[in-house]
Amino acid sequence: MTADASTQAAHRAIEAVWRLESARIIAGLTGLLRDVGLAEELAQDALVAALEQWPAGGIPANPGGWLMLTARHRAIDRIRRNERLAGKLNLLGRELESTQHGAPAEFDDVLDEGTIDDDLLRLMFISCHPVLSTEARIALTLRLLGGLTTEEIARAFLAAEPTIAKRIVRAKQTLASRQVPFEVPSVAERPGRLASVLEVLYLVFNEGYSAMAGDDWMRPSLCGEALRLGRVLAGLMPDEPEVHGLVALMEIQASRLAARLDSDGLPVPLPGQNRGRWDQLLIRRGFTALLRAQELGGTPGPYVLQAAIAACHARAGDAAETDWEQIALLYRALGALAPSPVVELNRAVAVAMAFGPERGLEIVDGLAAEPALAGYHHLPSVRGDLLVRLGRDGEAAEEFRRAAELTRNIPERTVLLRRAAECG
Amino acid sequence: MRFLMTLNGGGRPPDEQLYAEMGRFVEELTRAGVLLATGGLDRGTHVVASGGNITLTDGPFTESKEVIVSFALIEVRSKDEALELARRFWKVVGDGEGDIRQVFGPE
Repeated sequence: MTADASTQAAHRAIEAVWRLESARIIAGLTGLLRDVGLAEELAQDALVAALEQWPAGGIPANPGGWLMLTARHRAIDRIRRNERLAGKLNLLGRELESTQHGAPAEFDDVLDEGTIDDDLLRLMFISCHPVLSTEARIALTLRLLGGLTTEEIARAFLAAEPTIAKRIVRAKQTLASRQVPFEVPSVAERPGRLASVLEVLYLVFNEGYSAMAGDDWMRPSLCGEALRLGRVLAGLMPDEPEVHGLVALMEIQASRLAARLDSDGLPVPLPGQNRGRWDQLLIRRGFTALLRAQELGGTPGPYVLQAAIAACHARAGDAAETDWEQIALLYRALGALAPSPVVELNRAVAVAMAFGPERGLEIVDGLAAEPALAGYHHLPSVRGDLLVRLGRDGEAAEEFRRAAELTRNIPERTVLLRRAAECG
Repeated sequence: MRFLMTLNGGGRPPDEQLYAEMGRFVEELTRAGVLLATGGLDRGTHVVASGGNITLTDGPFTESKEVIVSFALIEVRSKDEALELARRFWKVVGDGEGDIRQVFGPE
């Protein structure tokens, strides 16, 4: 290998290590410094040091430990030079002493897994803190926990890079100025705070799921990122049924990724998907996660219920074999938890499948005046479906055309117009 | 992206310590959301299909390093991540041989 090629290989290896370790390094440093922004900056400094030193000196035996230790030393240097941080010295007292005496700190010692797990969980909660806007929570989570660059986040969300950069900087400033503590919320606060973490992961997942063929690969990769972070969270909070519920939901939905678009890149609705292309490995993982959630007991929350619905579809050999009655019941339970016209519309579909299109249409017509659904293309599209099944083709065509006008998604529009044409 | 990491023979003789270290490694990968499936394999039966004739041969086989002993299916964001995890895996295993192959399918 030429020197250039070996440097490139080293850089790629460093990048991979960074991706795998950065969240834990930033979490550990934040635990030390109580400042997410500074922690990330110092972690980045350690990355730069690795980029300078590893190509020549070789990749250390424990690269994650090397990065963590280097970042910690930088943190200590920074504290020594900075009055503002001096108060934090007591936290570092013992470590300062050991480095001053030149005691070689072992990599394995700096990577106390239990403590870092706790810090990682705190990092998830602070990144998804309610003082931040939803957009800021998403960007910060992908940056700090996903290890994505600003450019990658911008590409994934079809946004300009400076916009995302600004969003991340502001989010860190907000956390600092509002003195948001780096902690796992108290039992009283936890349900709400956890809901915020789960929402961020699910929004990231859905952003990836809505990606179309031909989109930048960064977009669909968001599904994998959300799923990975969900699995990590499930390891950190094994006793929270909703965490397993969300993981189950994402595993099962991800199992359909290959089947949700046809060869022309047009979306295929669930009943028409080739179930042979559903990923059985992910389905099984989803079932396992759902079972874990159910074993923990309690009233099923929104993610457990949605996962249970997804599981009903995954279990069925085809659309006709699906337990629509059960799905209708689950949607009713979901609606009772948090009334929503969108949930009600989904319930209408299940009711129509279980008890006939008339019953579904009754529910849909009850939603016609719902302001939250004005402009929601799924309302006319579902209504069109039901009208077709009732043989009212003319009305159905009108609904499909209306739905096509409302959607901004071009492939979806193509499918809807095709359906309108089929109704004559 | 999914990768299949295989251990094709070699590796240090299994003892308590290896089981403990491997257990830790597997748990670490599981908690990182990376490991999808893993398992050890029997030496098995070799299949040769040629011109419609199917020949089945039970092991052991002479080229033992070509026999897959265990596998791990991992989900990572890049090939470099898979290679980095393979390095960690082989630090636990010791001397031996194996492969890292991308599994095609849904990304």
